[in-house]
Amino acid sequence: MFRFPEFARLFFFLGGLLIATSSRASIELHHVDVHDLYFGEVLYDAYQNNYFKAISKLDNELEQYSEVDEKKLDPLHSNIGQAEFLVGDLALQYRMNQRAGKAIQAVLGDGVDQATRNRAALKLAQLFFKKGEPQKVIYALDLISDKVHKSRYETLFSFDLLRRKPPQTLKKEAAYLRALAYINTGKNKPAIKILQSLKHEKLFQGFDLYNLGIAQIQAGKLNQGEQTFDELGKLDVSDPELLALRDKANLKLAEHYVKQGKAVLAEKYFRRVRLQGPYSNKALLGAGWVAASQGRFDRALVPWTLLHQRSEYDSSVQEAMMAVPYAYGKLKAYGKSANLYGQALDVFASEIQRLGESIKSIREGSFLHALLDKHGDADKNWVVNLRHLKDAPETRYTLDLMASSDFQECYKNYKDLASLRHYLTKWLDDLNAYEELIEKRRLYQQPLLPVVEKKFRKIDARMKLRLEQRKNLDKKIQNMLIAPRPEYLATDNERIAMDKLTQIKNYLALHPDKSTDEIKNRLDRLDGILLWEVRSDFNQRLTDAYNHLHKLDGIIKILKLRYYSFIRTRQAATQSYKGYRIPIQQFRTRILAVQKKLNQIMAQQGHVIEQMASTELDKRRKQLEDYQIKARFALAESYDRAIKSRQDKEVEKRYKKLTGKNRTGKKVPQKRPVENKNASLENAILIKQQLEQQQKKIKKQSGIHADALWSKKKNRQYFSTRKYNKSWIKNNYNPVAGSK
Amino acid sequence: MIKIVIFIIGFIAAAGVNAAIPVSHKQIKGLDEQVQDIKKDVLDLSTELSQLEEKLLYPSNTEVAVFVALKGNKKFQLDSMQVSMDGKVVNQHIYTYKELEALRAGGVQRIYTGNIKTGDHNLVMHFIGRSESGDEYQRSGKYVVSKAVGPKFVEVLIGGKSSSDQNMRFKDW
Repeated sequence: MFRFPEFARLFFFLGGLLIATSSRASIELHHVDVHDLYFGEVLYDAYQNNYFKAISKLDNELEQYSEVDEKKLDPLHSNIGQAEFLVGDLALQYRMNQRAGKAIQAVLGDGVDQATRNRAALKLAQLFFKKGEPQKVIYALDLISDKVHKSRYETLFSFDLLRRKPPQTLKKEAAYLRALAYINTGKNKPAIKILQSLKHEKLFQGFDLYNLGIAQIQAGKLNQGEQTFDELGKLDVSDPELLALRDKANLKLAEHYVKQGKAVLAEKYFRRVRLQGPYSNKALLGAGWVAASQGRFDRALVPWTLLHQRSEYDSSVQEAMMAVPYAYGKLKAYGKSANLYGQALDVFASEIQRLGESIKSIREGSFLHALLDKHGDADKNWVVNLRHLKDAPETRYTLDLMASSDFQECYKNYKDLASLRHYLTKWLDDLNAYEELIEKRRLYQQPLLPVVEKKFRKIDARMKLRLEQRKNLDKKIQNMLIAPRPEYLATDNERIAMDKLTQIKNYLALHPDKSTDEIKNRLDRLDGILLWEVRSDFNQRLTDAYNHLHKLDGIIKILKLRYYSFIRTRQAATQSYKGYRIPIQQFRTRILAVQKKLNQIMAQQGHVIEQMASTELDKRRKQLEDYQIKARFALAESYDRAIKSRQDKEVEKRYKKLTGKNRTGKKVPQKRPVENKNASLENAILIKQQLEQQQKKIKKQSGIHADALWSKKKNRQYFSTRKYNKSWIKNNYNPVAGSK
Repeated sequence: MIKIVIFIIGFIAAAGVNAAIPVSHKQIKGLDEQVQDIKKDVLDLSTELSQLEEKLLYPSNTEVAVFVALKGNKKFQLDSMQVSMDGKVVNQHIYTYKELEALRAGGVQRIYTGNIKTGDHNLVMHFIGRSESGDEYQRSGKYVVSKAVGPKFVEVLIGGKSSSDQNMRFKDW
């Protein structure tokens, strides 16, 4: 009888697998029209997956943008929508889910164009899905809209609108995620409806069928679910991920039929699994057991022998090492069976030793050290390949563990923490360098600045005076436009002449006796000439004066530039060493505090990783030790049976010779006449004694001191344990078999 | 027959058993939250330190920065870039595959940040790249950087229709 919850659980590893497939492992923004160079730099880092650098730079940019009063003048203003969206996206990539959630929710507020809002809503939904909150997934997906909402930002800055593109509704992605959320909340019928509408959609090829199958099974539509998985199992694909998914579907379906006792159907699906793939070992083992269940041990040997030759680290292969001699035993090839049990014992012994060394190596910290090795940056499969390092533990036993999302999260966090630790150490060094730099600047600038300052004050006073003079001249010229004062524009000679005439007039006024009419006439004439010249040239002179003042403005502009440049340089010189001492001290204190906290968390994280790895290895070691004990008993039984078989044959042979009959009473044709009956019987007894001695010797060599009969009994118990210990199966059977 | 079927179930159970991890998921989640907190602390520090660094090392009255962007044929492969300021080589860069892909995707690289006096300065950019067919070629571009009191940013845009003929344009920011 099919038990629904078990089957459902069997397939319910979909979450991580499918969401990982539907969302790219990189940021979404591509080919953005960059209007701010520093935002472009953020993208440059983000595209290279340097998320820490990208987030730090983006935070810096946004902080500076928030401090600007005239935001429209900041080049980032044109990219602000993308920048705000990127905050959440980058946080998500850097696995800062809490920050990502807040940032994405901030983007969903008013003031962002619909396309960005839709993308943000989808991201938020994916985040909730990852966190296992399906109700919130549906809430986030409801925020996606295809209606253009005219907001302040949208009308001004949406590039999509400028390009007359409709807002991205991301309908398919949203529908797919909605279906997954429905499955998680038990709303299987609407999930089925959605997934059927997405069936054969290229974007979700394979995964749509997988989820559809799950939804159907959970909805109680067992036959439809089986058909869907059957369809997935026949899918014509070439992508390695999809091939693995197809294999997994076939394997799980086969296991499902095994549980139902449908051996023929199970065999069909085991056969569909590729011989080279992540699930081939399990399929070969299963195919063998299906044949064995039908009593066809010769057929069972075909997949098992193939499996037997594979890597001895795999648990299926190790099980095959026990299964192959078991099958040979069933086929009465006891000698072969004993040999193979012997080989298995050798392998188990060496592997147990290796596992012990690996556990020791983990406990000594070699595993954590190897995880952070520089080779790991270039090797995506480093967690497995690190075993090539000296003193590193054997990681091939922990493949399933390493593929698990928990281990991956821990590993990535540990690497991130190591990277942060590196930054903190570097920053402490930087602060030391800054202090040295500041001290050198102080020693250089401090004696110079007072001298420069003294000179500057003098120049500054002269400059102010000249500027004041220019201001007065300008004022006079402006006034002369309204009330002409030609004498203001008299030349130097004219002024001298005017002064002299005034002096003469004053003198004559004091000495009237010396004044004559001629002199008066001459003075009036000269006065008239001067007045004529000054007044008749006034317009030209005023124009010239205006032009000269404008020329002066050019010179004053250069002067002001130099002046302000000097002011800034002087300010920079002062700022180059003043006001840093306290901030640097504060930074150092903060860095040290964070460093301390980080080291504690890193130690905890490392401990968790070590615990996970050593537990896994220990579990495998115990499994091998278990196999080892069972193989010893099975070996003894095989020897017993081999000896018994030989004895039976020998006794049969002697019996025939003595009696001329076999033990069933039938006469056998005698080849030679019996010469000495007693001699033959003595020989038979002697042979039997020799065989018993040989048996004892073999048992001693194989390390078994117990009686053979006891061994037989124990060996039966081993197999019967595997047959009937249902509670163990129920407690330990977890069908999630790693990842692709 | 029934016994053997049960036997197989046993095999599947044994084969499918996942790691019995004593570390609980809750423990891992709690630790993950602590890691997120520390990441936030370090990011805050990073942002503030970069502001301090900029203020200390590149004051705005002397700051000059040169940026590189690819705007042309996507099949052009940029191998290296050299930046010279007033006849002096101030930076050289050899591009990795990831960096090139980031530029192609629309990222902008800050290739040089330095300090110069106010006034005019000669900037010379020189690149070596390869066309789609693999032929190597190089180009140079000159530009006069007029430095005023504020920070100066220059963008070098490498573009052109054909991957075998990419040129440089300079943009003042």
